Amino acid sequence: MVTFILRRIISLLFVLFCVITITFFLMKLAPGGPFDRERKIPPQIMKELLAKYRLDGPWTQQYRDYLWDVVHGNLRLSLRYRNRSVNELLAQTLPVSGTLGGIAFLIATAGGIWVGAFAAVRHHRPADTLSMLGALLAISIPTFVVGPLLILVFALRLRWLPVGGWSGISYLILPAITLAAPYLAYIARLMRTSMLEVLGSDFIRTARAKGLSQPRIVYKHALKVAILPVVSFLGPLAANLLTGSVVVESIFNIPGAGAFFVNSVLNNDEFLLGGVVIVYCSLLVVMNLIVDLVYMGLDRRIRLYD
Amino acid sequence: MISAPATITETPGIWERLWQRSVPRIALVILAVVTLAAIIGPELMPARAREVSADQYSPPALAHPFGTDLEGRDLLYRVLEGARISLLVGISGAFISFFVGTAYGLVAGYAGGRLDGGMMRAVEILYSIPRLIIILVFINAFDKYVKTWMANEGLGSMAGDSRVIILILCLGLIEWLTMARIVRGQVLTLKAQQYVAAAQALGQSHFKILTRHLLPNLLGIVVVYLTLTVPAVILDESFLSFLGLGVQAPQASWGTLLADGASVINPIKSNWWLLVFPGVAMCTTLLALNFLGDAIREAIDPKARR
Repeated sequence: MVTFILRRIISLLFVLFCVITITFFLMKLAPGGPFDRERKIPPQIMKELLAKYRLDGPWTQQYRDYLWDVVHGNLRLSLRYRNRSVNELLAQTLPVSGTLGGIAFLIATAGGIWVGAFAAVRHHRPADTLSMLGALLAISIPTFVVGPLLILVFALRLRWLPVGGWSGISYLILPAITLAAPYLAYIARLMRTSMLEVLGSDFIRTARAKGLSQPRIVYKHALKVAILPVVSFLGPLAANLLTGSVVVESIFNIPGAGAFFVNSVLNNDEFLLGGVVIVYCSLLVVMNLIVDLVYMGLDRRIRLYD
Repeated sequence: MISAPATITETPGIWERLWQRSVPRIALVILAVVTLAAIIGPELMPARAREVSADQYSPPALAHPFGTDLEGRDLLYRVLEGARISLLVGISGAFISFFVGTAYGLVAGYAGGRLDGGMMRAVEILYSIPRLIIILVFINAFDKYVKTWMANEGLGSMAGDSRVIILILCLGLIEWLTMARIVRGQVLTLKAQQYVAAAQALGQSHFKILTRHLLPNLLGIVVVYLTLTVPAVILDESFLSFLGLGVQAPQASWGTLLADGASVINPIKSNWWLLVFPGVAMCTTLLALNFLGDAIREAIDPKARR
């Protein structure tokens, strides 16, 4: 167990190193520089700017310096949000995105598992067909359509919830639902397929033969096994949701980190991009590690059943 | 192009089985109608429908069955034109992911050992960079090159199409990761079959084994995944359009039309047709593709058939 975790942490460091290297050189190769948008800068000032942001010198030197800084937890100054460090920008926005994403994560997982199991138990009946049609619709309608529609109905017409912004629990509800909807639908589909397979397996037949009640079979025996494909999807899901969604955050005017994912690339803000990528990547690998540990826990019980 | 499933001739009966069931039949008919409408629809429209007019935001009527948009353009024409670009991006992007992913997965799975480990590690690393960032970096990097290339080739008049080409490349080059994983997994099981060992023993070249023995047996799962990649790419394009990075005006895709429609939602004057018609067109197509994919999966998977 300990060696397993240790090996995974070493592999995390390796993946992080590769990802930082790839993004660093991709940004260097991309046309355009961080100071392109402004009016022509005199060469002397440009030189000082480059020196201030430590963008002078050969790439290999810059790369080494950057890695050194990252190892020491210094993600450097943003090139676009002047005089603000990437650490500061992320510390300010990630808690917001994380709160919203965490709630969306809970809605998507709990709702998806429930809908999927519900549909599987009613296989080939109208409730199954309808919920799967609903799930496909939720996947097919982009969030930038769902969001404004929810605002129109619940905020503007019914006036139950605020239109947008970030100053209380009621501000969380609509964006969290918008963010969760497609993932909920995806999990429901995963869950239904896997539940159907499990319900057709031998150990469920045995449970039926023992005379166990249907709810007991479904919730006590089948769910534990059927949930496995969903569990392995939760790692990437958490990393995606917790780092914020640019679309949902811009629709609901939420001061989260999502916008950095787009702006950092478009503004050639390579250090902000680096920070965002490091956070996302570490989160993804850590979440995958947790998922694997959970999986191993569940797995032991499967072997008992098999 | 939608008739791709017909290529699974190795397992006779699938095509017939699909056509006998109502869901895939309806899906196929819908896809045929949408494709046909996208190809010939815009040509059939009267010339005045294509032009900007003073008739701003007029609701659906006989002259404009789908209403008009901000610039008084006929929405029916815009939706048909959007179908062209969305389908083009979706299908071409999916095919790029198909070629790259299948080739990569085949080689990795067949080679096994260290090469396999390294290739799959690379996929894992690419997975740990947020998708949006990879797409944006590609767009950022390709934009200039594709434009200069097109200018050099004397295609300057098609400058508007350069963005479409970039989108196809980027989305195809991001979607192949999952395809590669699926194909590799499949190859690993196929490779253990005796007919592969027999072919090796007879001294057939690796290339022949890959193309003659492994590829045909992979086609089923690959076609399923292909039908599911097309809607994914269409959705991705719509998100990029919402961010202003998709197809550039005056060209339209379903994504740009939806983004425009969603941006004018307000409780006083709902220009509902701007959202409803592109939305229905896109959702119907995506649903049809998803249902078709599921149906093919069921038709080729003996476990799913009951």
